[in-house]
Amino acid sequence: MADLTTDFLGIKSPNPFWLASAPPTDKEYNVRRAFEAGWGGVVWKTLGSEGPPVVNVNGPRYGVVYGADRRVLGINNIELITDRDLYTNLEEIKRVKADYPDRAVIVSIMVPCEEEAWKAILPLVEDTGADGIELNFGCPHGMSERGMGAAVGQVPEYIEMVTRWCKQYYSKPVIVKLTPNITDIRKPAAAAKRGGADAVSLINTINSITSVNLDTMSPEPSIDGKGTHGGYCGPAVKPIAMSMVSEIARDPDTAGLPISGIGGVTTWRDAAEFITLGCGNVQVCTAAMTYGFKIVQEMISGLSQWMDEKGHTSIQDFMGAAVPNTTDWQYLNLNYVAKAKIDQDACISCGRCYAACEDTSHQAIAMSEDRTFSVIDEECVACNLCVDVCPVENCISMVALEPGTIDPRTGKTVQKDYANWTTHPNNPAAQAAE
Amino acid sequence: MNSPYTPGIAAARLAPDDLAENFADLHAPLDGHEAAVAADRCYFCHDAPCITACPTDIDIPLFIRQIATGTPEAAAKTIFDQNILGGMCARVCPTEDLCEQACVRELAEGKPVEIGRLQRYATDTVMAKGTMPYSRAPETGKKVAVIGAGPAGLSCAHRLAMLGHDVTIYDAMPKAGGLNEYGIAAYKSTDDFAAREVDWLCSIGGIEIKTGMALGKELKLDDVVGCFAATFLAVGLGGVNALGAPGDDKDGVDDAVSFIETLRQTDDLSSLPVGRNVVVIGGGMTAVDAAVQSKLLGADTVTIAYRRGRDAMGASRYEQDLAASHGVKLLFNAMPIAIHGNGSAVEIELERTETTDGTLKGTGETLRLPADQVFRAIGQTLTTDAGLDLDGRKIAVTGAGRTSRAGVWAGGDCAAGGDDLTVTAVAEGRDAAMDIHATLMGDG
Repeated sequence: MADLTTDFLGIKSPNPFWLASAPPTDKEYNVRRAFEAGWGGVVWKTLGSEGPPVVNVNGPRYGVVYGADRRVLGINNIELITDRDLYTNLEEIKRVKADYPDRAVIVSIMVPCEEEAWKAILPLVEDTGADGIELNFGCPHGMSERGMGAAVGQVPEYIEMVTRWCKQYYSKPVIVKLTPNITDIRKPAAAAKRGGADAVSLINTINSITSVNLDTMSPEPSIDGKGTHGGYCGPAVKPIAMSMVSEIARDPDTAGLPISGIGGVTTWRDAAEFITLGCGNVQVCTAAMTYGFKIVQEMISGLSQWMDEKGHTSIQDFMGAAVPNTTDWQYLNLNYVAKAKIDQDACISCGRCYAACEDTSHQAIAMSEDRTFSVIDEECVACNLCVDVCPVENCISMVALEPGTIDPRTGKTVQKDYANWTTHPNNPAAQAAE
Repeated sequence: MNSPYTPGIAAARLAPDDLAENFADLHAPLDGHEAAVAADRCYFCHDAPCITACPTDIDIPLFIRQIATGTPEAAAKTIFDQNILGGMCARVCPTEDLCEQACVRELAEGKPVEIGRLQRYATDTVMAKGTMPYSRAPETGKKVAVIGAGPAGLSCAHRLAMLGHDVTIYDAMPKAGGLNEYGIAAYKSTDDFAAREVDWLCSIGGIEIKTGMALGKELKLDDVVGCFAATFLAVGLGGVNALGAPGDDKDGVDDAVSFIETLRQTDDLSSLPVGRNVVVIGGGMTAVDAAVQSKLLGADTVTIAYRRGRDAMGASRYEQDLAASHGVKLLFNAMPIAIHGNGSAVEIELERTETTDGTLKGTGETLRLPADQVFRAIGQTLTTDAGLDLDGRKIAVTGAGRTSRAGVWAGGDCAAGGDDLTVTAVAEGRDAAMDIHATLMGDG
């Protein structure tokens, strides 16, 4: 059976599944339950400076976006960092770490952008025996209005500065958690690296309004008739997170910087995908908040089974395996030609491919009197929309045309050689092949 | 008190509570949550097969999407646009042979979207509010007669009233509704639904119902045609075919439709007599309705004897299974040749049949079943042709129900063509109304 143990920055955990800093890791009770359920590690919910704790709203904290059958696709939240006393948290962290030495315990921190504030809290955290810290430069709601969270994560210079303080006053690994509410994720990642960060973790949540109450005209979650943007997370944000992770993994400035992947990890498959894009482990929140801690059992068994099937003996075997295949559009092979193909035995004749293609794409699917749907190769540009909207898995597939055959759409012979936009005759900036 | 084993034909074979439970809604209505879950399964197919399979062409994917998005009222409007008796059809349609059989999820998973129950959810929502989503066009001054207040007649009348015509409906029975009121198993139309639906439908205005007026008796077609700009005949099939076997006239040999009619009209189920051993002759929905209800009333044994094989049976496989699940025995390839008994039926003698070269005949092998009560359910017939041309044993029609006589249209079970289903009758009534309207307004 595959070995799921991970070594992230020297921090060992029995599997790559950590709970992200969030409501599920707010206190000892939850974290103990999580470890009993099998989680490899936790990032403790963000601690703030000593003194009166933050206060939370006393109304709803979460909004939701549903898919069919009220399946949770995304949750947003307006909960702030821990609203419990700093020392209570520190004592609990110390106890839990002592009782679970084989699990990773990371402490998330968010204090003002002043050296003294960091200098004050870091020794206290160090004393807990926790394995490392994560700098919360990501939360987009509430704390950002006070110059913390995403307000820091949106200024690379601040990231670098604070990271440097942390490396100065704390001896163990420092992970910088990035906000996605920024134009180019590579800039804050590079700043973290310059500041000496051992790793980055991303994404934190995305500015969002999940819904508007059409009776009260208030955004949800509504607090006495008013709403504010919250941080969006869950399966809906996974594509955004994976793109940002891949950019950091690919960029020469940040390539090789360890990444803890966060954003919509719901199943073992999601975790495997993040790891192939360069993550050393993953952090999970929404899936646990939706289904409880037990889901980690599926993540462990699923990842393990898949690794066995693929012959991977450790996480390292496939970590970053998809990074070399993640490229710019301009380098995609324009000589690759595919056509949609419909498996008539699997087709249930719902006609969704036809409606999608006929109304919104290339009129490349024919519908017969008896509801047989077939692809018109002369029109098909292989856009994949039919595959995407088909309710039956593997009913429609994209089949590559063999080099030497003629593409009925263009009348041209499919070329064997790779050729991309940079050398295409239609590209005004094309460089002649040398 | 009697029991299922009390000999002969007897009432109160079961306790009142058991009877009430037996005759409750066959399918409980979906609640809001159940409807949301069921609606989420719809794929919103292109040119959906379920629409094609519906005799009234209801835009099913659209109404289900309207339910899914929290607007069952809009969903009901989508249904009523095509089928004003969508409430009853949601209860009685053989959806397993129509929309749900065509559902792509039936093909994909063997579990179609529950279209019938979703339709009931939508239509019940509107009917519970008592709102009529249609208003009448300015009055045309034209008067139209509708003869027969069953599904075809009501559908036709509503559409005509909506288009601004004044409609008078005549019906032979004391209450409007036709087979909805008198001919459908009680557990499919509970809480006086048929009568409530008629009231709701008529709330559009412009419809007057005159009951106790039977065509060929109190009512002559010539007189009606003389008084109205157009006439729509929807008289159904009032006659019942005879068994043609010796003993057909013995006590205890009854028409299934009469039995069902009595059952539907009673306020006291424990007052209804039923045999200990009941045999129903026939293979259609009426046979199943009579058989199942006999069992629910407390008959000890109930058998449906059908002269052909299972596949030829008019009742759907779903209905056959419904009967079997209630303990009704299905006997195929058996036809009655005699009913024995001294004055009252005691035993029925059947002959095994076989079909060779498309012809059904007896094999000579016979069997006898105890039978204190025998129900005839071997088809109904037209009671009067009213001087119109016939096609086979029904009124001949062309186009949208035009008969051989100018100004007279026909639809529903009395007219040739189409299945004898509520939903088909509704479609025919609606289409005839549009044709009548076009004719009266000079566009026809």
